[in-house]
Amino acid sequence: MSATTLLAIVLTLSLIGYLWGRANAAALKKSGIGMHSIPAYHGYFVALSCGIPAFLLVLVWIAAESTVIDRLILAGLPSYVTDGIEGSRMSLILSEIKSVAGGRIFGTPDQAILDAAARYNVLRGTASLAMVVCALAAAIAGMAFAGSRLSAEFRARNSVDGIIRWGLIVCSILAILTTLGIILSLVIESLAFFSRVPVLSFLFGMEWSPQTAMRADQVAAEGAFGAVPVFWGTIFISAIAMFVALPVGLFSAIYLVEYANGTVRSLVKPLLEILAGIPTIVYGFFAILTVAPFIREWGVAMGLSVASNSALAAGGVMGIMLIPFISSFSDDAISAVPQSLRDGAYALGATKAETVRQVLLPAALPGIVGGVLLAVSRAIGETMIVVMAAGLTATLTANPLEGVTTVTVQIVTLLIGDTEFDSPKTLAAFGLGLVLFLSTLALNVVALQVVKRYRERYE
Amino acid sequence: MSDKSAATTRTGIWYEPDASLKRRYAADKRLRMYGVAAIVFALSMLAILVGTIVMTALPAVTQTHVTLQVELPAEAIDRSDPRSASYQKMLADTISRLYPEVDTPRELRELRQLFTNNAQYMLRDMVVADPSLIGQTVDFTFPMSDIGDQLHKGGIDRNLPPEQRRINNDQIGWYDRLVEQGRITTPLNTGMIFNADSRFPELAGLRGALVGSFYALLICFLVSFPVGISAAVYLEEFAPKNRWTDLIEVNINNLAAVPSIVFGLLGLAVFLNFFGMPRSAPIVGGLVLSLMTLPTIIIATRAALKAVPPSIREAAIGVGASKMQTVGHHVLPLAMPGILTGTIIGLAQALGETAPLLLIGMNAFITAAPDSMFNPSTALPTQIYIWADSPERGFTSRTSAAIVVLLGFLVCMNAIAIYMRKRFERKW
Repeated sequence: MSATTLLAIVLTLSLIGYLWGRANAAALKKSGIGMHSIPAYHGYFVALSCGIPAFLLVLVWIAAESTVIDRLILAGLPSYVTDGIEGSRMSLILSEIKSVAGGRIFGTPDQAILDAAARYNVLRGTASLAMVVCALAAAIAGMAFAGSRLSAEFRARNSVDGIIRWGLIVCSILAILTTLGIILSLVIESLAFFSRVPVLSFLFGMEWSPQTAMRADQVAAEGAFGAVPVFWGTIFISAIAMFVALPVGLFSAIYLVEYANGTVRSLVKPLLEILAGIPTIVYGFFAILTVAPFIREWGVAMGLSVASNSALAAGGVMGIMLIPFISSFSDDAISAVPQSLRDGAYALGATKAETVRQVLLPAALPGIVGGVLLAVSRAIGETMIVVMAAGLTATLTANPLEGVTTVTVQIVTLLIGDTEFDSPKTLAAFGLGLVLFLSTLALNVVALQVVKRYRERYE
Repeated sequence: MSDKSAATTRTGIWYEPDASLKRRYAADKRLRMYGVAAIVFALSMLAILVGTIVMTALPAVTQTHVTLQVELPAEAIDRSDPRSASYQKMLADTISRLYPEVDTPRELRELRQLFTNNAQYMLRDMVVADPSLIGQTVDFTFPMSDIGDQLHKGGIDRNLPPEQRRINNDQIGWYDRLVEQGRITTPLNTGMIFNADSRFPELAGLRGALVGSFYALLICFLVSFPVGISAAVYLEEFAPKNRWTDLIEVNINNLAAVPSIVFGLLGLAVFLNFFGMPRSAPIVGGLVLSLMTLPTIIIATRAALKAVPPSIREAAIGVGASKMQTVGHHVLPLAMPGILTGTIIGLAQALGETAPLLLIGMNAFITAAPDSMFNPSTALPTQIYIWADSPERGFTSRTSAAIVVLLGFLVCMNAIAIYMRKRFERKW
């Protein structure tokens, strides 16, 4: 029986439980006893007590089943198969056992593998049967427990409300669990990486060439995992992006808030927002289709040599993507400055430009800075534009016409198409991911604080 | 007289601005111009982006087909097993009849390069679907290859010297003969939507990607919608104000700004590696996307709940509803339009998200649409990524066409969201 049918059965049982509980309570009510809760709540109570335990049990079972069976199978292998084999080879053996168990036999497998495959099929059969039995038992036990509590005085509404409330709490804890999952997975894999490559040589090493470190004994070799050029590339491309986005975003916000009339504003603002809604992969394709060739031609006309994956193309396109970010944050910040400050400046004879420069911008600065920090964190974490338009080789250069690589590009290239999980190459991606996560987190926390405090000042 | 002199003095003060005032007005005008220039720059970039992508996509709207009269001799095809016949030979015979002068192996190979590689399988499928064709001569219409397609659509400049184009003079001559005989047609490129992926641009389509994206978005919706609403309801309506709920709040705000690729790393380490879920499967993609969409939905739901006036709650509690009944029967239904608007916008973001899907392997090359959400598949944005990386010329226009499809979905979703906001928004 598949998990879906089982869940359908549990759902039906809950429905039966609901009808039964409600009918029971309705009968009590008919007999003239004063009830605390309306019959429907008695029904809900039975249904929830029946469905929730069984449902949770099935979920946990499905999540744990394959891992447990894999462990059992590997533990049961004779020692001549498993001796001196670790990690990746082990998972190869496991997948061979599974394909044999599924009837896809290639060549002549070892007798131990055949035995293990047979045992695998037996275990899976037992497990799925056991799951059905346990789930149904849990459902019926829940129903029986709920049924035993039903009486006229039973506060069904309070109980049901309590159960739902716990459900709500669990859902809101999921957000915390996500963060915990991110931190744990990044930290654990990074620790595995740093046990092979020293932290300092990763953070301060000047040479990044993870693809050459194919063998285990090459890992510790001088500076294959020095991430400074990668960090530099990230900062460089982000700087180019901000160089485009900051003036354009800020000036358009100033114009929209202080100069434009209502019609222009209501027309231009949504158009700018469209830029924020375009998926980054589209920007990436735009960069390689239009912008990079344009920059190349322009460079050739000027007699310069331009790399096809120049930092200028990637950074420039990323800057276009960030324009609405800066403009909407600046727009909010400038609009939030109280009208009285403007009126005061005008009364002293200031022109609009002087008001903007000497009164509004200083007053709105925290909000603008917060927006800029968020935009920088976006730029650092942006992936698809740089994966498509920036380079793969890590070079330390300040020439925007050359190609540089970024943290996100390296993460993607290190992990694409590689399922082997314990090579330093793949683990390096998690090391980079940890750095990326921590730096964007720091930027976000500071930015959100700045924005929040600024908002409080004028509200 | 005195009036006049007074007027001149006034003119001196008011209407002849001195140099410094002129400078100040000029600065004002400059700032205004910078603003206009910034907006013009941003909007023209938007126009160039959309314009170039639509222009590049146009050739992919049609696909060049060729129609040949193929003889299906009854003795060459076993009626009980039509799959086993050699359709390659029947096609080769047909082509040889059309071009009797072509006989060297090299020329034959160049001639075949004009037609799609899979023509024999299409012919086979046609016969298997309709065995009554056996023994007849049928009109068989099938796609030209990428170079044939490009030549027909003007993607290859035939005035260039032969060594600079991917097609030689013989091939152009053979193609011209097909045109003269009226064998070339350019019907609407339905394969673009209904075919799955392929190495050959003339056969590649979005079917697998669309199905994969649909499954992933379905999972994303099924997980993030109930969980997001529950979390928001708890935080907004029930949670006491203490350090614990503050932590959850800060956490949600920060999650919304975590780079998407980090969610991909999470999916790789937790879903694939720890729980052993299938690689490249839409279910994993959907789960990762739902974790990303969750903060968006929570924030939108909280805003919608905040907008419901407290008087509604007080009235419900006044007639004896419990807190849960108040929320479930009154507050949530009133906030639902706002919640749905936020959800649609969150799902639109999830649809365009690429980086996390790359890390969990949804960029695999798969030539069939997935049967279920546990089968390997691509998604719309990862398909765009794969095609953008492919060297064949035909894939450039197909990539753009796929982007147009993706943008079309996004426009529709956002239009629905805006419509719902306008239609159901209530001012209390």
